[in-house]
Amino acid sequence: MYDVNEIRGDFPILSREVNGKPLVYLDNGASAQKPKVVIDAISRAYGEEYANVHRGLHYLSNLATEKYEGTRGIIAKFLGVKDEDEIVMNTGTTMGINTVAYGWAMPRMQAGDEIILSVMEHHANIVPWHFLRERQGVVIKWVDVDSTGYLDPQAVIDAITPNTKLIAITHLSNVLGTVVDVKTIVDAAHDKGVAVLVDGSQAAVHMPVNVDALGCDFYAITGHKLYGPSASGAIFMKKERMAEMEPFIGGGDMIREVHKDEITWNDPPMKFEAGTPGIVQQIGLGVALEYMMSLGMENIAAHEKKLRDYARTRLDGLNWLQVQGTTPDKAAIFSFTLDGAGHAHDISTILDKKGVAVRAGHHCAGPLMDHLGVTATCRASFGLYNTEEEVDVLVDALELAHDLFA
Amino acid sequence: MANAAFEEIVEDFEYLDDWEDRYRMVIELGKAMDPLPEALKVPATKVEGCASQVWLHPQIEDGVIQFEGESDAMIVNGLIAVLRKLYNGLPPTEVASIDARAELGRLGLNDHLSAQRSNGLRAMIERLQGFAKVSAS
Repeated sequence: MYDVNEIRGDFPILSREVNGKPLVYLDNGASAQKPKVVIDAISRAYGEEYANVHRGLHYLSNLATEKYEGTRGIIAKFLGVKDEDEIVMNTGTTMGINTVAYGWAMPRMQAGDEIILSVMEHHANIVPWHFLRERQGVVIKWVDVDSTGYLDPQAVIDAITPNTKLIAITHLSNVLGTVVDVKTIVDAAHDKGVAVLVDGSQAAVHMPVNVDALGCDFYAITGHKLYGPSASGAIFMKKERMAEMEPFIGGGDMIREVHKDEITWNDPPMKFEAGTPGIVQQIGLGVALEYMMSLGMENIAAHEKKLRDYARTRLDGLNWLQVQGTTPDKAAIFSFTLDGAGHAHDISTILDKKGVAVRAGHHCAGPLMDHLGVTATCRASFGLYNTEEEVDVLVDALELAHDLFA
Repeated sequence: MANAAFEEIVEDFEYLDDWEDRYRMVIELGKAMDPLPEALKVPATKVEGCASQVWLHPQIEDGVIQFEGESDAMIVNGLIAVLRKLYNGLPPTEVASIDARAELGRLGLNDHLSAQRSNGLRAMIERLQGFAKVSAS
C-alpha cells in the first residue's frame, strides 16, 4: 500500500511554509527533496564514520570505504546491472557524459564521424558533443520529435550512416516528459556497430530501469534527482567500452603506479574515479536508492501515473494554457505556457507567492526551445511525494496568474 | 527626494492591502506604458543580469533624465514603469542620490520580488545610475 501522506512524513522540508503558504514542491525535475534517512546518513557519516576512502588501513578509513563502496553495489542493483565494476561513481550525469566524451569518444572519433542526438536532449547531453564538433570536426545529427513530443525510434535508427559512431539519447525528456523507446534504438544501433549512451537522469527517478536488459553501452544517472545528495551520481559503462577508454580526469585513486617517466592506471571502475570522491554524497545516495527500492519503483511509477492523469485532466480544463508534450505514456512532467500574456518568469513569480515551486526558463534544453518556438516555459514536475491536492493548488495559482496577466 | 510622479503612485499603493493588488497595479502600469521602438532593442540597450529580457534607453533632454524601456516579462515591465516615475525628469546629479531600493520598499514591492527579479531590478538601477553618473560628469 502506497501511503503518500506517510511518505511525505519522511521528507522534513515538505512540512515547511513558503511565503506564508504550505510548500507545494513541483520542481523535482531540477532537484528532488531528501528523506530524513538520507539527511541522517549524511550526518552520521560525518559524525561517526568519516575518513578518506581507499587510503588508510585504519579503522575509520576501512569503515568509510566499506560504506562508500557499498553504494556501488546498491546502484548496480537499482539499475539492474549484474557486475558492479561497470558502475563508475561520480557527481552526476554531466560528469558521466563528459567522461564518455573525453575518455571514449574523443580518442576514437575523426572529422566527419557522426553523433546522433534527439532535439529534446538536456544540455548535459549536448554540450560535451559540441566540444567534439568544435575541436575535431565531429558532426552532430539532430532527430526531431513530433508535435506531441513523441520520438519515433525508427527516425533515430534511420539517421544512422556508416559514419555514425554514437547515439546519445535521453530515456525521459526533462521538458516534455516523453519516454523514449531506448531498447529498440539500442538493438538496431548494435546491429550496425553503433554505441548508445542513455541519459537516465530523469527516467531512473520515475520508472523501473533495467540497464542490462536495455543493453546500452552507457547509462548516466544523477543522485540529487534521485532523492540523494547534490553532487552524487554514477554512470554505467559496459566492460567492453571501459576497456576502450582513456582516463578522463587524472589524480589520486585512479592510478596504480606513478613514476617520473612512467604511469600505470588502476583497473576500472577506479580508473575513472580520480581524486577523493564525494564520499558522504555517495553514502547518502546509497541510502536514497535503498529508500526508493523499499517503496518499490513499480509503486512509485504507479503513483506518479495517477498524478499525471489527474494533472493532465485539470490542466486540460484550462483552455488558456498550452502544455508542451502530450504523449499518452509521458511522465508527470508538465511544461506549459499561458496564452497571449505572461512570461514564464511572471507565472512562476505568482505561483511562488502561492507556495508553489516550479521551474521557469529554458530547462537547459536550448534546441528543444527553438524547436517549440518558445524562449521559456514553466515546468511543474512531480515526484514520489506529490499529491492530487497539490495539483489543485497549482491550478488555483495558475488561475490567479491568468487573471493577473490576461 | 523622489519626484512627484513617484509620490503619486506611493499614495495609490497605500490603499492596497495585499500583494495581489500590488502586483496587479504594477502589471497595469507596465501595460499602460508605450512599448520601446523595435529599433531601440539592440545589444547596447539590453540589460544583462535579468531573468527575462530587458532593454533600457536613457537620454538627457533639457538637462533632465528621460528613459524608456521594455521587458518581455509583465512584472518586470511594470517595474520599468515604476522606475520611470522614480527617475524621469530628474537632473542626473540627483539620480545618484536616490536609494532606489528604499523607495521601492515604500511601495511594498521589495519583499515581493524574487531574488532573480531583484537582481534584475538591481541591474536596471545600476544601468540608470551609471548613465546618470556619466551624464553628470
